[in-house]
Amino acid sequence: MTTAYEQGLQTVAEVIASLQHKPGALLPILHGIQDRLGYIPNDAIPMIAAALNQSRAEIHGVISFYHQFRTTAPGKHTVEICRAEACQAMGSRQLEAHAKEALGVDYHQTTSDRSISLEAVYCLGNCACAPSVRVNDDIVGRVDADKFDKLVEKLKTQTLEVQ
Amino acid sequence: MAKVFIPRDTTSLAMGADQLVAELTAEAAKRGEQVEIVRNGSRGMFWLEPMVEVETAGGRIAYGPVSCEDLDSLFDQDFLKGETSHPLCLGLTEEIPYLKKQQRLTFARAGITDPVSLDDYQSLDGFNGLKKALKMDCQSIVDEVKASGLRGRGGAAFPTGIKWQTVLDAVPTKDNQKYIVCNADEGDSGTFADRMVMEADPYMLIEGMTIAGLAVGADQGYIYLRSEYPVAHQILNEAIAKAEAAGFLGENIQGSGKTFHLEVRLGAKAYICGEETSLLESLEGKRGLVRAKPPLPAIVGLFGQPTIVNNVLSLAAIPYIMSQGAQAYADFGMGRSLGTLPFQLAGNIKRGGLIELAFGATLKELLEDFGGGTFLRPSDACSTGRRPTGCLHA
Repeated sequence: MTTAYEQGLQTVAEVIASLQHKPGALLPILHGIQDRLGYIPNDAIPMIAAALNQSRAEIHGVISFYHQFRTTAPGKHTVEICRAEACQAMGSRQLEAHAKEALGVDYHQTTSDRSISLEAVYCLGNCACAPSVRVNDDIVGRVDADKFDKLVEKLKTQTLEVQ
Repeated sequence: MAKVFIPRDTTSLAMGADQLVAELTAEAAKRGEQVEIVRNGSRGMFWLEPMVEVETAGGRIAYGPVSCEDLDSLFDQDFLKGETSHPLCLGLTEEIPYLKKQQRLTFARAGITDPVSLDDYQSLDGFNGLKKALKMDCQSIVDEVKASGLRGRGGAAFPTGIKWQTVLDAVPTKDNQKYIVCNADEGDSGTFADRMVMEADPYMLIEGMTIAGLAVGADQGYIYLRSEYPVAHQILNEAIAKAEAAGFLGENIQGSGKTFHLEVRLGAKAYICGEETSLLESLEGKRGLVRAKPPLPAIVGLFGQPTIVNNVLSLAAIPYIMSQGAQAYADFGMGRSLGTLPFQLAGNIKRGGLIELAFGATLKELLEDFGGGTFLRPSDACSTGRRPTGCLHA
Protein backbone atom coordinates (compact mmCIF):
# COMPACT_ATOMS: atom_id res chain seq x y z
CA MET A 1 0.00 0.00 0.00
CA THR A 2 1.35 3.40 -0.91
CA THR A 3 1.44 6.09 1.75
CA ALA A 4 0.25 9.67 1.22
CA TYR A 5 3.88 10.73 1.14
CA GLU A 6 4.69 8.28 -1.65
CA GLN A 7 1.65 9.48 -3.56
CA GLY A 8 2.99 12.99 -3.16
CA LEU A 9 6.29 11.97 -4.75
CA GLN A 10 4.34 10.38 -7.58
CA THR A 11 2.67 13.76 -8.10
CA VAL A 12 6.11 15.38 -8.12
CA ALA A 13 7.20 12.99 -10.86
CA GLU A 14 4.11 13.83 -12.92
CA VAL A 15 4.65 17.57 -12.59
CA ILE A 16 8.30 17.27 -13.57
CA ALA A 17 7.47 15.12 -16.61
CA SER A 18 4.84 17.58 -17.83
CA LEU A 19 7.02 20.70 -17.53
CA GLN A 20 10.68 19.73 -17.87
CA HIS A 21 10.74 20.37 -21.63
CA LYS A 22 10.05 24.09 -21.13
CA PRO A 23 12.93 26.55 -21.41
CA GLY A 24 13.77 27.75 -17.89
CA ALA A 25 11.51 25.04 -16.44
CA LEU A 26 12.56 25.24 -12.80
CA LEU A 27 10.12 27.89 -11.52
CA PRO A 28 7.13 26.39 -13.37
CA ILE A 29 8.04 22.99 -11.86
CA LEU A 30 8.35 24.38 -8.33
CA HIS A 31 5.03 26.23 -8.69
CA GLY A 32 3.43 23.10 -10.11
CA ILE A 33 4.54 20.98 -7.17
CA GLN A 34 3.55 23.55 -4.56
CA ASP A 35 0.14 24.09 -6.22
CA ARG A 36 -0.58 20.36 -6.00
CA LEU A 37 1.00 19.48 -2.63
CA GLY A 38 1.10 22.80 -0.80
CA TYR A 39 4.89 22.56 -0.38
CA ILE A 40 8.01 21.10 -1.95
CA PRO A 41 9.07 17.91 -0.16
CA ASN A 42 12.83 17.52 0.38
CA ASP A 43 12.78 14.27 -1.58
CA ALA A 44 11.56 16.21 -4.63
CA ILE A 45 14.89 18.03 -4.86
CA PRO A 46 17.00 15.14 -6.22
CA MET A 47 14.18 14.24 -8.64
CA ILE A 48 14.09 17.80 -10.06
CA ALA A 49 17.90 17.96 -10.14
CA ALA A 50 18.10 14.74 -12.15
CA ALA A 51 15.42 15.85 -14.62
CA LEU A 52 17.02 19.25 -15.28
CA ASN A 53 20.59 17.98 -15.18
CA GLN A 54 21.46 20.37 -12.35
CA SER A 55 22.96 19.81 -8.91
CA ARG A 56 20.80 19.40 -5.81
CA ALA A 57 22.53 22.47 -4.39
CA GLU A 58 21.36 24.55 -7.35
CA ILE A 59 17.75 23.44 -6.88
CA HIS A 60 17.91 24.06 -3.15
CA GLY A 61 19.46 27.47 -3.82
CA VAL A 62 16.52 28.50 -5.98
CA ILE A 63 13.89 27.18 -3.56
CA SER A 64 15.46 29.07 -0.66
CA PHE A 65 15.85 32.29 -2.66
CA TYR A 66 12.12 32.77 -3.33
CA HIS A 67 9.92 33.55 -0.31
CA GLN A 68 6.95 31.78 -1.82
CA PHE A 69 8.40 28.28 -1.89
CA ARG A 70 8.16 26.25 1.30
CA THR A 71 9.56 22.87 2.23
CA THR A 72 7.11 22.02 5.02
CA ALA A 73 3.41 21.30 4.74
CA PRO A 74 1.18 24.38 5.28
CA GLY A 75 -2.14 24.44 7.10
CA LYS A 76 -5.37 23.82 5.25
CA HIS A 77 -5.67 27.51 4.37
CA THR A 78 -3.03 30.18 3.87
CA VAL A 79 -3.81 33.69 5.08
CA GLU A 80 -1.47 36.47 3.94
CA ILE A 81 -1.55 39.99 5.35
CA CYS A 82 -0.23 42.84 3.24
CA ARG A 83 2.56 44.76 4.97
CA ALA A 84 3.31 47.26 2.17
CA GLU A 85 3.06 51.05 2.53
CA ALA A 86 -0.46 51.73 1.26
CA CYS A 87 -1.88 49.10 3.60
CA GLN A 88 0.22 50.42 6.50
CA ALA A 89 -1.22 53.89 5.88
CA MET A 90 -4.64 52.33 6.45
CA GLY A 91 -3.85 50.39 9.61
CA SER A 92 -2.38 47.05 8.56
CA ARG A 93 0.07 47.08 11.51
CA GLN A 94 -2.84 46.98 13.96
CA LEU A 95 -4.45 44.32 11.78
CA GLU A 96 -1.40 42.07 11.84
CA ALA A 97 -1.07 42.45 15.62
CA HIS A 98 -4.71 41.44 15.95
CA ALA A 99 -4.31 38.51 13.56
CA LYS A 100 -1.29 37.12 15.38
CA GLU A 101 -3.11 37.33 18.70
CA ALA A 102 -6.38 35.89 17.38
CA LEU A 103 -4.66 32.95 15.69
CA GLY A 104 -2.01 32.48 18.38
CA VAL A 105 0.77 32.28 15.78
CA ASP A 106 3.46 34.49 14.27
CA TYR A 107 4.24 34.85 10.57
CA HIS A 108 5.44 31.62 8.88
CA GLN A 109 3.62 29.55 11.50
CA THR A 110 0.54 27.33 11.42
CA THR A 111 -2.26 27.17 14.00
CA SER A 112 -2.20 24.12 16.28
CA ASP A 113 -5.30 22.64 14.61
CA ARG A 114 -3.43 23.03 11.29
CA SER A 115 -6.30 25.01 9.79
CA ILE A 116 -4.45 28.25 8.99
CA SER A 117 -0.90 29.25 8.08
CA LEU A 118 -0.12 32.94 8.51
CA GLU A 119 2.18 34.64 6.01
CA ALA A 120 3.21 38.19 5.15
CA VAL A 121 2.85 39.57 1.64
CA TYR A 122 4.17 42.79 0.15
CA CYS A 123 1.47 44.33 -2.04
CA LEU A 124 -1.51 42.62 -3.62
CA GLY A 125 -2.22 45.58 -5.92
CA ASN A 126 -5.43 46.39 -4.04
CA CYS A 127 -3.89 49.56 -2.60
CA ALA A 128 -6.94 51.77 -3.15
CA CYS A 129 -9.06 49.59 -0.83
CA ALA A 130 -6.49 48.80 1.87
CA PRO A 131 -5.74 47.03 4.17
CA SER A 132 -5.72 43.86 2.09
CA VAL A 133 -5.57 40.18 2.99
CA ARG A 134 -5.20 37.16 0.71
CA VAL A 135 -6.99 33.97 1.71
CA ASN A 136 -5.71 31.19 -0.54
CA ASP A 137 -6.38 32.69 -4.02
CA ASP A 138 -8.99 35.24 -2.91
CA ILE A 139 -8.14 38.84 -2.06
CA VAL A 140 -10.19 40.73 0.49
CA GLY A 141 -10.13 44.52 0.88
CA ARG A 142 -10.81 47.02 3.70
CA VAL A 143 -10.07 44.37 6.33
CA ASP A 144 -10.36 45.43 9.96
CA ALA A 145 -10.21 43.24 13.09
CA ASP A 146 -13.90 42.41 12.89
CA LYS A 147 -13.81 41.43 9.21
CA PHE A 148 -10.67 39.38 9.86
CA ASP A 149 -12.38 37.42 12.66
CA LYS A 150 -15.32 36.63 10.37
CA LEU A 151 -12.96 35.41 7.64
CA VAL A 152 -11.17 33.13 10.09
CA GLU A 153 -14.42 31.80 11.50
CA LYS A 154 -15.56 30.90 7.97
CA LEU A 155 -12.28 29.10 7.24
CA LYS A 156 -12.37 27.11 10.46
CA THR A 157 -15.99 26.07 9.81
CA GLN A 158 -15.05 24.92 6.31
CA THR A 159 -12.22 22.86 7.77
CA LEU A 160 -14.58 21.09 10.12
CA GLU A 161 -16.97 20.28 7.27
CA VAL A 162 -14.18 18.73 5.22
CA GLN A 163 -13.07 16.58 8.12
CA MET B 1 -33.63 42.07 -20.92
CA ALA B 2 -31.63 44.35 -18.65
CA LYS B 3 -27.88 44.34 -19.20
CA VAL B 4 -25.87 44.80 -16.02
CA PHE B 5 -22.11 45.19 -15.66
CA ILE B 6 -20.27 44.01 -12.51
CA PRO B 7 -16.45 43.99 -12.69
CA ARG B 8 -14.25 40.95 -12.17
CA ASP B 9 -10.99 42.72 -11.31
CA THR B 10 -9.08 42.21 -8.06
CA THR B 11 -10.49 45.21 -6.20
CA SER B 12 -14.11 44.51 -7.12
CA LEU B 13 -13.69 40.89 -6.10
CA ALA B 14 -11.96 42.00 -2.89
CA MET B 15 -14.99 44.16 -2.13
CA GLY B 16 -17.45 41.32 -2.72
CA ALA B 17 -18.34 41.34 -6.44
CA ASP B 18 -18.79 37.56 -6.77
CA GLN B 19 -21.20 37.38 -3.85
CA LEU B 20 -23.05 40.37 -5.29
CA VAL B 21 -23.43 38.65 -8.67
CA ALA B 22 -24.78 35.52 -7.01
CA GLU B 23 -27.30 37.42 -4.88
CA LEU B 24 -28.33 39.77 -7.69
CA THR B 25 -29.00 36.78 -9.94
CA ALA B 26 -31.06 35.08 -7.24
CA GLU B 27 -33.04 38.24 -6.45
CA ALA B 28 -33.77 38.87 -10.14
CA ALA B 29 -35.06 35.31 -10.52
CA LYS B 30 -37.23 35.72 -7.44
CA ARG B 31 -38.75 38.90 -8.88
CA GLY B 32 -39.14 37.42 -12.38
CA GLU B 33 -36.72 39.94 -13.92
CA GLN B 34 -34.56 38.97 -16.91
CA VAL B 35 -30.96 40.06 -16.36
CA GLU B 36 -27.80 39.55 -18.39
CA ILE B 37 -24.70 40.11 -16.24
CA VAL B 38 -21.44 41.06 -17.98
CA ARG B 39 -18.25 40.75 -15.94
CA ASN B 40 -16.34 43.79 -17.18
CA GLY B 41 -13.05 45.30 -16.03
CA SER B 42 -12.89 48.12 -13.51
CA ARG B 43 -13.16 51.76 -14.59
CA GLY B 44 -10.48 52.46 -12.00
CA MET B 45 -12.74 54.32 -9.54
CA PHE B 46 -11.86 51.85 -6.85
CA TRP B 47 -13.58 53.56 -3.92
CA LEU B 48 -16.86 52.87 -5.73
CA GLU B 49 -16.30 49.13 -6.15
CA PRO B 50 -18.19 47.04 -6.62
CA MET B 51 -19.67 49.53 -9.06
CA VAL B 52 -22.71 48.19 -10.87
CA GLU B 53 -23.65 49.66 -14.23
CA VAL B 54 -26.94 49.28 -16.07
CA GLU B 55 -27.21 49.82 -19.80
CA THR B 56 -29.84 52.34 -20.90
CA ALA B 57 -30.63 54.08 -24.19
CA GLY B 58 -28.78 57.17 -22.96
CA GLY B 59 -25.65 55.30 -21.81
CA ARG B 60 -24.65 53.32 -18.75
CA ILE B 61 -25.96 54.39 -15.36
CA ALA B 62 -23.67 53.60 -12.40
CA TYR B 63 -24.43 52.63 -8.81
CA GLY B 64 -21.78 52.20 -6.18
CA PRO B 65 -20.38 50.99 -3.96
CA VAL B 66 -23.08 48.33 -3.94
CA SER B 67 -23.31 45.72 -1.20
CA CYS B 68 -25.69 42.76 -1.06
CA GLU B 69 -27.81 44.64 1.52
CA ASP B 70 -28.56 47.32 -1.07
CA LEU B 71 -30.10 44.92 -3.60
CA ASP B 72 -33.63 45.00 -2.21
CA SER B 73 -33.92 48.76 -2.39
CA LEU B 74 -32.17 48.90 -5.79
CA PHE B 75 -34.71 46.46 -7.25
CA ASP B 76 -37.57 48.31 -5.52
CA GLN B 77 -36.44 51.56 -7.11
CA ASP B 78 -36.15 50.02 -10.59
CA PHE B 79 -32.39 50.28 -11.01
CA LEU B 80 -32.65 47.75 -13.84
CA LYS B 81 -34.37 50.49 -15.86
CA GLY B 82 -31.65 52.99 -14.91
CA GLU B 83 -33.84 54.89 -12.41
CA THR B 84 -31.69 57.53 -10.74
CA SER B 85 -33.56 58.02 -7.46
CA HIS B 86 -31.52 55.53 -5.39
CA PRO B 87 -28.95 57.14 -3.04
CA LEU B 88 -26.18 54.96 -4.53
CA CYS B 89 -26.91 56.17 -8.06
CA LEU B 90 -23.96 58.02 -9.58
CA GLY B 91 -25.68 59.03 -12.83
CA LEU B 92 -24.18 58.37 -16.24
CA THR B 93 -20.80 56.68 -15.77
CA GLU B 94 -19.12 58.75 -18.46
CA GLU B 95 -20.25 61.96 -16.75
CA ILE B 96 -18.68 61.16 -13.35
CA PRO B 97 -16.12 64.02 -13.04
CA TYR B 98 -13.31 61.67 -11.86
CA LEU B 99 -13.63 59.80 -15.16
CA LYS B 100 -14.72 62.65 -17.41
CA LYS B 101 -11.67 64.80 -16.59
CA GLN B 102 -9.24 62.05 -17.66
CA GLN B 103 -7.48 61.64 -21.00
CA ARG B 104 -7.71 57.93 -21.52
CA LEU B 105 -5.60 56.40 -24.27
CA THR B 106 -4.10 53.30 -22.66
CA PHE B 107 -7.17 52.83 -20.47
CA ALA B 108 -9.71 53.81 -23.13
CA ARG B 109 -11.44 50.42 -23.01
CA ALA B 110 -10.98 49.69 -19.30
CA GLY B 111 -14.28 48.91 -17.66
CA ILE B 112 -16.24 49.32 -20.88
CA THR B 113 -15.50 45.84 -22.20
CA ASP B 114 -15.61 42.27 -21.00
CA PRO B 115 -11.82 41.81 -20.74
CA VAL B 116 -11.77 38.40 -22.43
CA SER B 117 -14.29 39.18 -25.19
CA LEU B 118 -12.55 39.37 -28.57
CA ASP B 119 -15.68 40.95 -30.08
CA ASP B 120 -15.69 43.76 -27.50
CA TYR B 121 -11.99 44.39 -28.06
CA GLN B 122 -12.32 44.52 -31.83
CA SER B 123 -15.39 46.75 -31.71
CA LEU B 124 -13.25 49.41 -29.98
CA ASP B 125 -10.21 49.58 -32.29
CA GLY B 126 -8.70 46.32 -31.00
CA PHE B 127 -6.12 44.55 -33.21
CA ASN B 128 -6.13 47.42 -35.74
CA GLY B 129 -2.54 48.22 -34.76
CA LEU B 130 -1.54 44.59 -35.26
CA LYS B 131 -3.24 44.43 -38.66
CA LYS B 132 -1.27 47.51 -39.76
CA ALA B 133 1.98 46.12 -38.36
CA LEU B 134 1.52 42.83 -40.24
CA LYS B 135 1.75 44.80 -43.50
CA MET B 136 4.86 46.76 -42.47
CA ASP B 137 8.53 45.82 -42.43
CA CYS B 138 10.47 45.67 -39.13
CA GLN B 139 12.24 49.02 -39.51
CA SER B 140 9.00 50.89 -40.29
CA ILE B 141 7.38 49.59 -37.08
CA VAL B 142 10.40 50.61 -35.00
CA ASP B 143 10.42 54.05 -36.69
CA GLU B 144 6.77 54.57 -35.76
CA VAL B 145 7.49 53.78 -32.09
CA LYS B 146 10.49 56.13 -32.14
CA ALA B 147 8.38 58.94 -33.64
CA SER B 148 5.75 58.56 -30.92
CA GLY B 149 8.25 59.65 -28.27
CA LEU B 150 7.14 56.77 -26.03
CA ARG B 151 9.44 56.35 -23.05
CA GLY B 152 9.67 53.26 -20.86
CA ARG B 153 6.92 53.35 -18.27
CA GLY B 154 8.74 51.13 -15.79
CA GLY B 155 10.40 54.18 -14.28
CA ALA B 156 13.65 54.75 -16.17
CA ALA B 157 11.91 56.53 -19.08
CA PHE B 158 14.33 55.13 -21.65
CA PRO B 159 13.07 55.79 -25.20
CA THR B 160 11.25 52.62 -26.21
CA GLY B 161 11.99 53.02 -29.92
CA ILE B 162 15.75 53.15 -29.30
CA LYS B 163 15.57 49.94 -27.25
CA TRP B 164 13.63 48.23 -30.02
CA GLN B 165 16.16 49.45 -32.61
CA THR B 166 18.98 47.89 -30.58
CA VAL B 167 17.20 44.54 -30.48
CA LEU B 168 16.32 44.77 -34.18
CA ASP B 169 19.99 45.36 -35.05
CA ALA B 170 21.37 42.71 -32.66
CA VAL B 171 22.38 39.35 -34.10
CA PRO B 172 21.36 36.26 -32.10
CA THR B 173 24.08 33.74 -31.37
CA LYS B 174 21.76 30.74 -31.39
CA ASP B 175 18.89 29.53 -33.59
CA ASN B 176 18.14 33.08 -34.77
CA GLN B 177 16.15 33.47 -31.53
CA LYS B 178 15.09 36.78 -30.02
CA TYR B 179 12.61 37.34 -27.19
CA ILE B 180 10.00 39.82 -25.99
CA VAL B 181 9.69 39.93 -22.21
CA CYS B 182 7.01 41.88 -20.41
CA ASN B 183 7.94 42.99 -16.93
CA ALA B 184 4.69 42.52 -15.00
CA ASP B 185 6.38 42.30 -11.60
CA GLU B 186 4.57 45.40 -10.32
CA GLY B 187 5.88 45.11 -6.77
CA ASP B 188 5.80 48.63 -5.40
CA SER B 189 3.03 49.41 -2.99
CA GLY B 190 0.50 51.91 -4.32
CA THR B 191 0.92 50.83 -7.92
CA PHE B 192 -1.77 48.90 -9.75
CA ALA B 193 -1.86 50.33 -13.28
CA ASP B 194 -0.21 47.22 -14.75
CA ARG B 195 -2.70 45.04 -12.92
CA MET B 196 -5.55 47.11 -14.31
CA VAL B 197 -4.26 46.72 -17.88
CA MET B 198 -3.97 42.96 -17.47
CA GLU B 199 -7.34 42.54 -15.76
CA ALA B 200 -9.39 45.08 -17.75
CA ASP B 201 -7.83 44.94 -21.22
CA PRO B 202 -5.46 41.97 -21.59
CA TYR B 203 -5.71 41.85 -25.38
CA MET B 204 -4.08 45.29 -25.55
CA LEU B 205 -0.96 43.89 -23.86
CA ILE B 206 -1.07 40.76 -26.04
CA GLU B 207 -1.37 42.95 -29.16
CA GLY B 208 1.46 45.23 -28.01
CA MET B 209 3.78 42.28 -27.40
CA THR B 210 2.91 40.71 -30.74
CA ILE B 211 3.71 43.97 -32.53
CA ALA B 212 7.02 44.10 -30.63
CA GLY B 213 7.75 40.57 -31.85
CA LEU B 214 7.02 41.57 -35.45
CA ALA B 215 9.17 44.70 -35.08
CA VAL B 216 12.36 42.90 -34.06
CA GLY B 217 11.84 39.39 -35.43
CA ALA B 218 11.09 37.61 -32.14
CA ASP B 219 8.67 34.68 -32.14
CA GLN B 220 8.52 34.02 -28.40
CA GLY B 221 7.26 36.25 -25.62
CA TYR B 222 6.97 35.86 -21.87
CA ILE B 223 4.91 37.86 -19.41
CA TYR B 224 6.74 37.67 -16.08
CA LEU B 225 3.84 38.17 -13.67
CA ARG B 226 4.10 38.44 -9.90
CA SER B 227 2.38 35.61 -8.09
CA GLU B 228 0.58 38.12 -5.86
CA TYR B 229 -1.78 38.77 -8.80
CA PRO B 230 -3.89 35.58 -9.09
CA VAL B 231 -6.79 37.36 -10.82
CA ALA B 232 -4.55 38.87 -13.51
CA HIS B 233 -2.99 35.42 -14.01
CA GLN B 234 -6.39 33.85 -14.62
CA ILE B 235 -7.57 36.59 -16.99
CA LEU B 236 -4.31 36.65 -19.00
CA ASN B 237 -4.41 32.90 -19.50
CA GLU B 238 -8.04 33.04 -20.66
CA ALA B 239 -7.22 35.87 -23.07
CA ILE B 240 -4.11 34.15 -24.49
CA ALA B 241 -6.05 30.95 -25.15
CA LYS B 242 -8.83 32.86 -26.93
CA ALA B 243 -6.40 34.98 -28.96
CA GLU B 244 -4.59 31.82 -30.09
CA ALA B 245 -7.84 30.12 -31.06
CA ALA B 246 -8.86 33.17 -33.11
CA GLY B 247 -5.52 33.40 -34.93
CA PHE B 248 -4.22 36.57 -33.26
CA LEU B 249 -1.37 34.66 -31.57
CA GLY B 250 0.62 31.54 -32.37
CA GLU B 251 1.51 30.28 -35.85
CA ASN B 252 0.52 32.13 -39.02
CA ILE B 253 -1.10 35.16 -37.35
CA GLN B 254 -4.11 36.29 -39.43
CA GLY B 255 -2.79 34.31 -42.39
CA SER B 256 0.42 36.39 -42.55
CA GLY B 257 2.86 33.52 -42.12
CA LYS B 258 4.25 35.32 -39.03
CA THR B 259 4.53 33.56 -35.68
CA PHE B 260 4.41 34.78 -32.10
CA HIS B 261 3.97 32.56 -29.05
CA LEU B 262 3.18 34.00 -25.66
CA GLU B 263 3.34 32.46 -22.19
CA VAL B 264 2.74 33.78 -18.68
CA ARG B 265 5.43 32.89 -16.12
CA LEU B 266 4.87 33.45 -12.43
CA GLY B 267 7.34 35.01 -10.03
CA ALA B 268 7.57 33.71 -6.48
CA LYS B 269 7.58 36.61 -4.03
CA ALA B 270 10.96 38.14 -4.78
CA TYR B 271 10.83 41.94 -4.97
CA ILE B 272 14.20 42.17 -6.72
CA CYS B 273 12.84 40.32 -9.76
CA GLY B 274 11.17 43.57 -10.86
CA GLU B 275 14.68 44.62 -11.88
CA GLU B 276 15.07 43.51 -15.47
CA THR B 277 18.27 41.46 -15.28
CA SER B 278 17.22 39.55 -12.15
CA LEU B 279 13.86 39.02 -13.84
CA LEU B 280 15.68 37.38 -16.76
CA GLU B 281 17.65 35.16 -14.35
CA SER B 282 14.37 34.13 -12.74
CA LEU B 283 12.81 33.34 -16.13
CA GLU B 284 15.81 31.13 -16.85
CA GLY B 285 15.03 29.18 -13.69
CA LYS B 286 17.71 30.66 -11.46
CA ARG B 287 17.93 32.71 -8.29
CA GLY B 288 16.92 36.29 -9.08
CA LEU B 289 20.36 37.83 -8.84
CA VAL B 290 21.16 41.07 -10.65
CA ARG B 291 23.45 40.75 -13.68
CA ALA B 292 26.26 43.17 -14.42
CA LYS B 293 25.56 45.57 -17.31
CA PRO B 294 26.89 45.80 -19.98
CA PRO B 295 26.02 43.73 -21.87
CA LEU B 296 22.52 45.17 -22.16
CA PRO B 297 19.58 42.73 -22.21
CA ALA B 298 18.79 44.14 -25.66
CA ILE B 299 21.98 42.44 -26.88
CA VAL B 300 22.53 39.59 -24.40
CA GLY B 301 19.16 39.00 -22.73
CA LEU B 302 17.04 35.94 -22.03
CA PHE B 303 19.04 32.73 -22.54
CA GLY B 304 21.83 34.97 -23.86
CA GLN B 305 19.82 36.21 -26.84
CA PRO B 306 18.67 39.73 -27.86
CA THR B 307 15.63 40.60 -25.78
CA ILE B 308 13.18 43.48 -25.44
CA VAL B 309 12.29 43.88 -21.77
CA ASN B 310 9.44 46.39 -21.48
CA ASN B 311 7.02 47.34 -18.77
CA VAL B 312 3.31 46.44 -19.15
CA LEU B 313 2.33 50.08 -19.73
CA SER B 314 4.98 50.62 -22.41
CA LEU B 315 3.79 47.59 -24.37
CA ALA B 316 0.15 48.50 -23.77
CA ALA B 317 0.73 51.91 -25.40
CA ILE B 318 1.89 50.29 -28.65
CA PRO B 319 -1.50 49.28 -30.17
CA TYR B 320 -2.74 52.90 -29.93
CA ILE B 321 0.48 54.23 -31.49
CA MET B 322 0.30 51.76 -34.38
CA SER B 323 -3.41 52.18 -34.96
CA GLN B 324 -3.74 55.97 -34.59
CA GLY B 325 -0.21 56.88 -35.66
CA ALA B 326 2.83 58.14 -33.77
CA GLN B 327 1.75 61.78 -34.04
CA ALA B 328 -1.62 61.17 -32.38
CA TYR B 329 0.24 59.85 -29.32
CA ALA B 330 2.91 62.55 -29.40
CA ASP B 331 0.22 65.25 -29.39
CA PHE B 332 -0.33 64.48 -25.70
CA GLY B 333 2.16 65.55 -23.04
CA MET B 334 4.79 68.25 -22.90
CA GLY B 335 8.48 68.80 -23.69
CA ARG B 336 10.26 65.49 -24.03
CA SER B 337 7.60 63.67 -21.99
CA LEU B 338 5.05 62.74 -24.58
CA GLY B 339 1.85 60.79 -24.25
CA THR B 340 -0.14 60.08 -21.13
CA LEU B 341 0.67 58.68 -17.71
CA PRO B 342 -1.58 56.72 -15.38
CA PHE B 343 -1.49 58.14 -11.84
CA GLN B 344 -2.53 55.86 -9.03
CA LEU B 345 -3.99 57.18 -5.79
CA ALA B 346 -3.88 54.77 -2.89
CA GLY B 347 -3.57 54.38 0.85
CA ASN B 348 -5.02 57.08 3.12
CA ILE B 349 -7.11 58.88 0.50
CA LYS B 350 -10.88 59.25 0.00
CA ARG B 351 -11.11 58.45 -3.69
CA GLY B 352 -8.38 55.97 -4.52
CA GLY B 353 -8.11 54.87 -8.11
CA LEU B 354 -6.45 55.24 -11.46
CA ILE B 355 -6.25 58.54 -13.32
CA GLU B 356 -4.80 58.72 -16.83
CA LEU B 357 -3.71 62.20 -17.86
CA ALA B 358 -1.25 63.76 -20.27
CA PHE B 359 2.11 64.60 -18.66
CA GLY B 360 1.89 67.91 -16.82
CA ALA B 361 -0.71 67.34 -14.07
CA THR B 362 0.03 68.87 -10.65
CA LEU B 363 0.12 67.05 -7.31
CA LYS B 364 -2.58 69.35 -5.93
CA GLU B 365 -4.96 68.48 -8.78
CA LEU B 366 -4.38 64.81 -8.19
CA LEU B 367 -4.68 64.73 -4.41
CA GLU B 368 -7.46 67.26 -3.93
CA ASP B 369 -9.51 67.46 -7.14
CA PHE B 370 -9.36 63.74 -7.85
CA GLY B 371 -8.45 62.17 -4.51
CA GLY B 372 -10.80 64.31 -2.41
CA GLY B 373 -8.37 64.48 0.51
CA THR B 374 -7.54 61.88 3.13
CA PHE B 375 -9.67 58.95 4.26
CA LEU B 376 -8.62 58.52 7.89
CA ARG B 377 -6.62 61.29 9.55
CA PRO B 378 -5.20 64.44 7.90
CA SER B 379 -1.98 63.80 6.06
CA ASP B 380 1.39 65.50 6.64
CA ALA B 381 3.14 64.00 3.68
CA CYS B 382 2.67 61.86 0.62
CA SER B 383 4.81 59.50 -1.41
CA THR B 384 4.81 60.46 -5.07
CA GLY B 385 6.21 57.33 -6.48
CA ARG B 386 7.74 54.10 -5.55
CA ARG B 387 9.42 53.43 -2.24
CA PRO B 388 12.81 54.80 -3.37
CA THR B 389 11.32 58.21 -4.17
CA GLY B 390 10.69 59.07 -0.54
CA CYS B 391 7.96 61.38 0.73
CA LEU B 392 6.94 64.99 0.14
CA HIS B 393 5.53 67.29 2.83
CA ALA B 394 2.00 68.45 2.22
